[in-house]
Amino acid sequence: MNVVVLVKYVPDPQGTPELDDAFLVVREGTEGALDPGDEYAVEAGLRLVETHGGEVTLLTMGPETASAALRKGLSMGAHAGVHVVDPALRGSDALATARVLAAAVRRRPFDLVLAGVESTDGSTGTVPMTVAQLLELPSATFARALSVEDGVLRIERPTDLGFDVVEAPLPALATVTGSAPEPRYPTLKGIMQAKQKPVERLALADLGLSAEALAPTQRVVGLTRAQERAAGEVIQAGEDTAKRIVDLLAEAKVL
Amino acid sequence: MTSREIDPLDYLEVDRLLTDEERAIRDAVREFVRERILPSIGEWFETSEFPRDVAKGLADLGLLGMHLTGYECAGANAVSYGLACLELEAGDSGFRSFVSVQGSLCMFPIWKFGSEEQKQRYLPAMARGEIIGCFGLTEPDVGSDPARMRTSARRDGPDWVLSGTKMWITNGGIADLAVVWARTDDGVRGFLVPTDTPGFSTHDIHRKLSLRASVTSELVLDEVRLPEDAVLPGVVGMKGPLSCLTEARYGIVWGSMGAARACFEAALEYAKTRVQWGRPIAGFQLTQEKLATMATEINKGLLLALHLGRMKDEGRLRPQHVSMGKLNNVREALGIAREARSILGASGITLEYPVIRHMNNLESVLTYEGTNEIHTLIVGEALTGMRAYE
Repeated sequence: MNVVVLVKYVPDPQGTPELDDAFLVVREGTEGALDPGDEYAVEAGLRLVETHGGEVTLLTMGPETASAALRKGLSMGAHAGVHVVDPALRGSDALATARVLAAAVRRRPFDLVLAGVESTDGSTGTVPMTVAQLLELPSATFARALSVEDGVLRIERPTDLGFDVVEAPLPALATVTGSAPEPRYPTLKGIMQAKQKPVERLALADLGLSAEALAPTQRVVGLTRAQERAAGEVIQAGEDTAKRIVDLLAEAKVL
Repeated sequence: MTSREIDPLDYLEVDRLLTDEERAIRDAVREFVRERILPSIGEWFETSEFPRDVAKGLADLGLLGMHLTGYECAGANAVSYGLACLELEAGDSGFRSFVSVQGSLCMFPIWKFGSEEQKQRYLPAMARGEIIGCFGLTEPDVGSDPARMRTSARRDGPDWVLSGTKMWITNGGIADLAVVWARTDDGVRGFLVPTDTPGFSTHDIHRKLSLRASVTSELVLDEVRLPEDAVLPGVVGMKGPLSCLTEARYGIVWGSMGAARACFEAALEYAKTRVQWGRPIAGFQLTQEKLATMATEINKGLLLALHLGRMKDEGRLRPQHVSMGKLNNVREALGIAREARSILGASGITLEYPVIRHMNNLESVLTYEGTNEIHTLIVGEALTGMRAYE
């Protein structure tokens, strides 16, 4: 089976992304990595082709530096990469991104598209579903386990009470959560083989898309910093201790 | 674009001198160390335990014999091997020692001097970590002067019979295969001794205060009978074991800087948060002098290691070059560890911080694989043409 995994190169996932004047994430000249959330999707894809045969192709859209995300996934064991890189794509919103990714997926036969749940930088969480919609695929979201049998994708989706089992006929799209099996380490051999694996570079024209058609339909208009957490209150043991604790719990509407 | 700030952990931007592949290998080992070694190393050190599952993890990562080619080895370049040693030793010298012994001291001589049959039989299994090796050269009475070893191998019909004692052998007690160097009528030769051969026994050395998360043993060979094909056919004389040591010492040139970096990081972090007289001690001149000196030596040591690595990849590296690297980098790493300990004050003596563990480990590293003194004299000999040690 052919699995396409949507991957994203994000600024240092441990740090706080820098924003420019237009509230766009600064991607040039910053250290970055394959989005850790996407690694779970890569792992899920690798496991499926290890069971069923076939190949995992990584697809990313991003500046030149985004090739590092492909290289990481290839060193984990993915077979090929596709990198959509075009200056006109700078500042693309989630819808434009989904259009580009869908157009790139469509170019070759595929059975399954996998993605993380959301990126750690933009965190819109809408791209996978939009890609599914554009490709007219059933989508199974928030998978913690995936299997394929007789052309049917089956996932487990954790819920508050337990988990749902969701099935969809292939071709389909699924998003993979961080409770799926841990991503493997790239081995030394994997790292060294990665540079020999094919990576196709595509520009917008190769996808039959124009910059005008991809103009953002949404933009960030403002930014408010998250409120810093106030210091907690330490209640000293004394006569009123119990009453103060009960008052606080009532204030917090716990009682 | 804003002007780049100085990165305290890569002051001279040595990172930029590495290829993407070298960086990726470095990052993979660093991540492994962060996830699999750092959370438990204090405990392993305290209880003197070598965790076998971590050894398996190192094999799965592809680190065992990574700089060798063929036979399921990764075939990475010397710089990548050095970077792996550095990251491992930033975790603990014990794990770098394990990888050095397996790859450089045991797999290397088989790869370099072994018969095709020996290579096929041992190298893939050693790369997978299914066979653990140890290297028997040093003896109770023979350290810097290994040519005077007493362990001997005599012919008895087609067989070889080995007798003697080897001491301070890393991995000895957990090894499946010992590469033992012994005198023969023709000169020193290397033997591949399965550790379940009758007459072979080991005794682990306890009460160590250094390399506690690593097994160190005595090997006893009491009339160990081996078939004719147990000998490494490709080398006779001291150049056999010495060439292995050059390989391993090269890893130490890098590894020691890993231990130094870990100590520096701990000291820098501590100095920035430890407040005395109302401000962080990092703001005091004496602390800054220590930190500046440590950072300078780490960057110099890294550049030296990288230079030797590039020379090795070009086939230009000589043992005398490696001696200068080992001499400098281990000495400086030990100095950095001690200085870091002083910055951490009393906290520096506990296993809550990595510093005293690295400091104690480096005391071994200063001595093994050629003492600081011997490497000094090798450099001296290279400079003057006069040998001052025999």
